[in-house]
Amino acid sequence: MQTQYGNAAGTVSISRYFRLIIRDFGGERKEAITIMGRTLAEKVWEKHVVRHAEGEPDVLYIDLHLIHEVTSPQAFDGLRLSGRTVRRPDLTIATEDHNVPTVLGPIADVVSRTQVETLRKNTAEFGIRLHPMGDAGQGVVHIIGPQFGLTQPGMTVVCGDSHTSTHGAFGALAFGIGTSEVEHVLATQTLPAYRPKTMAIEVSGELPVGVTAKDLILAIIAQIGTGGGQGYIVEYRGEAVRKLSMEGRMTVCNMSIEAGARAGMIAPDETTFEYLRGRPHAPTGEAWDEAVEYWKSLRSDDDAEFDKVVHIDASTLTPFVTWGTNPGQGAPIGSAVPSPEDFTDPVQRSAAERALEYMGLAAGTPLRDVEVDTVFVGSCTNGRIEDLRAAAEILRGRTVVTRTLIVPGSMQVKKAAEEEGLHEVFKAAGAEWREAGCSMCLGMNPDTLQPGERSASTSNRNFEGRQGKGGRTHLVSPQVAAATAVTGRLTAPADL
Amino acid sequence: MDAFTTHTGRAVPLRRSNVDTDQIIPAVWLKQVSRTGFEKGLFSAWREDPAFVLNDPAYEGASILVSGPDFGTGSSREHAVWALQQYGFRVVISARFGDIFRNNSTKMGLLPVVLPADVVERIQAAVEADQAAEVTVDLVERQVRLGDLVADFEIDDYTRWRLMEGLDDIGLTLRHKDDIAAYESGRQPWLPTTV
Repeated sequence: MQTQYGNAAGTVSISRYFRLIIRDFGGERKEAITIMGRTLAEKVWEKHVVRHAEGEPDVLYIDLHLIHEVTSPQAFDGLRLSGRTVRRPDLTIATEDHNVPTVLGPIADVVSRTQVETLRKNTAEFGIRLHPMGDAGQGVVHIIGPQFGLTQPGMTVVCGDSHTSTHGAFGALAFGIGTSEVEHVLATQTLPAYRPKTMAIEVSGELPVGVTAKDLILAIIAQIGTGGGQGYIVEYRGEAVRKLSMEGRMTVCNMSIEAGARAGMIAPDETTFEYLRGRPHAPTGEAWDEAVEYWKSLRSDDDAEFDKVVHIDASTLTPFVTWGTNPGQGAPIGSAVPSPEDFTDPVQRSAAERALEYMGLAAGTPLRDVEVDTVFVGSCTNGRIEDLRAAAEILRGRTVVTRTLIVPGSMQVKKAAEEEGLHEVFKAAGAEWREAGCSMCLGMNPDTLQPGERSASTSNRNFEGRQGKGGRTHLVSPQVAAATAVTGRLTAPADL
Repeated sequence: MDAFTTHTGRAVPLRRSNVDTDQIIPAVWLKQVSRTGFEKGLFSAWREDPAFVLNDPAYEGASILVSGPDFGTGSSREHAVWALQQYGFRVVISARFGDIFRNNSTKMGLLPVVLPADVVERIQAAVEADQAAEVTVDLVERQVRLGDLVADFEIDDYTRWRLMEGLDDIGLTLRHKDDIAAYESGRQPWLPTTV
């Protein structure tokens, strides 16, 4: 704690690291230069700078590289073409998720099968650990990292998948990359990158009962827009965030990219340490104590300055659903489909017009009157055990009236759910209990919507055709998804 | 990648915002394991509409895409960049890009040009009024020119240099192999490995 004398007369930031503090001693001014507080993102960034040169991007070390079948084949080809190898196969892990069917059996689609087989060949050739279909460790890439304890506070984590932001829930700096960058990380275990700006999203108050992490992040994206986070690393802070479980934090960070942010982070705390303790790749013994001591330093300093601060009051939130074709087009479930006229910004107005046309919705329709054909519970956003428990709690003793897919995010989640008997609850309600995979999140495997079909989905994107060509998606929490399955219309659990 | 210094070509106005990468190339196209053939998937759902701007024969052969704000949001799929390039685009102009898309573009030599929304709108209007109008995108001068319209754009010196030289990022990073090795020797001992 720094003791200060005299009266504050001014503060001037003179660089990213130093600040000029001017104090007033009864008319006599004194100036002092102090080291500026740093944000969590800055601390993690600086810890990973391999090389810094003025006017060039920093070369950043990557602690964990996650790989899946879709965005890696061309990267491995690139390595072979240039005669390069994988620098750190021991910091790399692969899984099969996007293409895999969620019913038992081989992949029927020849092109999908070739892609998965290509991953198997590539990982074998370069000595990378792979969790293939059917393996007990297989699952959606962003579910298995945390599950193994491979995602830890203060690490840098990348993957050729935009939802890599999920891992920021642990206080890791985690972001999605393209295939050229996948090749770059394979070859060098580093990435050249400019340091993004920092944004604090301060969530005050408590989430009301029945309002979830998913509702919170949907409300945040509706507030700041799909481009609101562009160029920033977001740090989620405040009472409501601290009270979230690790699973809820992962849901929030997962959708940072839907607000355009490069990454989302939450400072690690006891909740984080408790989640990690005893996981297969978490440190043990003295190493654990050392690690925890370091992890505790991974918080934004009190005097750290963010480039932008956004406030949101959690206590005013209600279950949130999307009505349009981007994740920013969302509203409280108790409201109605907006009219394009409601938007003063011409770009937003035309986007709303187009969205309503695609979604087949009339302005003014209460959201609770919107009927769906399919309910999907799963994905890297909401495919973890807590999500399944929440859905099961609502479906217990009830019957679904729509096609309802319950897809665990990993084989371990599946096993855990079955040990708790959740699968029996789902099956008794008439829902389909599936194998682990990305499933209906993205229209790359057999789980898709038909043209014109409408879903309530716990996934992350309501883009046109995301869940299958012509399909219409409403993003919801697992609780709203389950309640909707019971009534066939967008429904909050409290409505049942 | 091919070097980019200056490019002159006709431009297509895409009057939509939030053109996410799922629209640029739907997921069904991502199952390929090669780097070629993605032009067929470019905007494949939208191209089914005969009124979609890319179906207008007047814009055939255009090489500059002029889009509404928030182009390339969403998925990290670099296939979106490959599809645009393989279709024949060298430049995309928009008021705002998704971060990952913009990054992917500069790795591949597709130039993302950020201009204020009103300037983008003026370019769109101009190439709608005269579909044969040629637009020059000059990376050396960091300038877009179209008739009387001259608009400066920003791009950092390093990325500009890399694009102008057509340099491979991996080769550049491997010049610093010793720095990487030195960093690795000082990593915290408890950090996990996947083995």
